[in-house]
Amino acid sequence: MDFQEKLVQELVSKHGRDRENLLPILQGVIDEERYLSEEAILKISKEMSIPAADVYGTASFYSFLDIVPRGKYVIRVCKTITCAMKGKNQILLALEDFLKIKLGDTTPDKLFTILETNCLGWCHKAPAMLVNDDVYTELTPDSVVDILREYKEEN
Amino acid sequence: MTKTKQLNRIDLIFKNENDCKEILQKSFDRSHEEIINEMVNSGLKGRGGAGFPTGLKWKLTAEETEKKKYVICNADEGEPGTFKDREILTRVPHKVLAGMAMCAKIIGAKEGYIYLRGEYKFLVPDLKKELRKFHDILDELGLNFRVEIFMGSGAYICGEESALFESMEGKRGEPRNKPPYPTQCGYLNKPTVINNVETLAHSYTIMKYGAKKFRELGVKDSWGSKVFSVSGDTPIPGIYELELGMSVQDFVDDFGDGDTKAVQVGGASGFLVPRKRFAKSHIGYQGKLTGVSLPTGGSMMIFNSSRSMYNVLNNYLDFFEEESCGQCTPCRVGCQQLLKGIKAVKRGEKPAAYLDKLLKLTDTMRLTAKCGLGQSVANSFSSIVENFREEMIY
Ligand code: SF4
Ligand code: FES
Repeated sequence: MDFQEKLVQELVSKHGRDRENLLPILQGVIDEERYLSEEAILKISKEMSIPAADVYGTASFYSFLDIVPRGKYVIRVCKTITCAMKGKNQILLALEDFLKIKLGDTTPDKLFTILETNCLGWCHKAPAMLVNDDVYTELTPDSVVDILREYKEEN
Repeated sequence: MTKTKQLNRIDLIFKNENDCKEILQKSFDRSHEEIINEMVNSGLKGRGGAGFPTGLKWKLTAEETEKKKYVICNADEGEPGTFKDREILTRVPHKVLAGMAMCAKIIGAKEGYIYLRGEYKFLVPDLKKELRKFHDILDELGLNFRVEIFMGSGAYICGEESALFESMEGKRGEPRNKPPYPTQCGYLNKPTVINNVETLAHSYTIMKYGAKKFRELGVKDSWGSKVFSVSGDTPIPGIYELELGMSVQDFVDDFGDGDTKAVQVGGASGFLVPRKRFAKSHIGYQGKLTGVSLPTGGSMMIFNSSRSMYNVLNNYLDFFEEESCGQCTPCRVGCQQLLKGIKAVKRGEKPAAYLDKLLKLTDTMRLTAKCGLGQSVANSFSSIVENFREEMIY
């Protein structure tokens, strides 16, 4: 049994086979693999007896349930109004410059992906971003680079 | 609205009180009817934005005969400019849980959920700790009620209650047709009370201090205080509990930077108030006309004269176009057309009169969109285009 098969089975036995457990199971796969591959979707579909198209349709509805490969660290920069007013563009430029990739892309070493997202609920400390589940606020072009350096050093 | 309140800062929600057990004990000693009356008399309306009377919601659900019922705390705040629920869940989660327990006792629910937006996952460890303490208290009080956290996965529309149920049921978060309402047919088609984080915290306050005290705050039809999320061009962005019924002018006097050109009340789905209307616009529930009173989930975004209102509208429409669930045509296509439309006018590809056509389109959306998202796009669109028309064109 490969890792993914084991993961899906574990998640299904932890949460249960009923449809209402689909989201926690999809989230569990994301936690491990950072995206929902076609194979993972097929395995979930089989384990839970939900048509694969339906699993896919559900997953693709949610912005955190990625269906394309992502880096180990997914950076989501808020692009909503206050962050836009307070300089999110400069933050994105600094990120792109430091990581040498464009918005939406993943670094060749599969470490980072840069995405944009809607309001994170930190508008009073704009601009803000998430790196996986961690929040960073009141960003400046310098501070984001420092933050990413630390992530890089950890690896 | 009958009168305006001066802008008074209140400290009820965030007041450091750790007496949930006593308050719950005290309310469990009273009859269900008494508690419901207290809630109804307080005049508390839902603090998520829609403003349905909370007491009535509890009452209707309590009257349902189904055995299985649910209490759900809606912690999916995604409205741009809103961050107060996060602060409440961080600083006084026990008050929210106490509100849920009271509701559960009255309606007869054994299971509850906190639907937490994916963006707030970092709160989970602390919330889980809080839940363990809370369950111990409930055991001591002999209430069979358990609360779990359900994580959202990044979808603004899941803040809409029926979309939230769909999402919890493992489906796309698409709003359902109403009626039936959640009080009859909510999560897993069972009677469900779904309340916003702040509403539940206010229920605790009402149980503790009584409906009468609550009604000393606010104005007619908008009783009580409310937590506001203040952002944008202000020297003091942050979270403030204020009385309902204040005028936008009073608000700007306290929170503006002296150069305030407009305030967006209620987030992207709310209304833009231009300076000339500051004095006449009040923050409360009643009525829906700008210039009379403005319902709000608490988001107050301040713009000073250096901001382009075209950029603001463009940003809001971008948001709606992305977050529309796509289920109904007026909203799905409407949002795309509005966005395309203002860009075309700005580039000079369409005449200025095209804006009037777009305004008509928002009227159609208001009438025919299935849920609040599609209906409320008209709010920001019309209030921005009508007040800052020249900025849309040049
Ligand atoms: S109005 Fe928009 S969000 Fe609401 S159901 Fe229709 S498409 Fe979905
Ligand atoms: S606008 Fe960026 S966090 Fe709200």
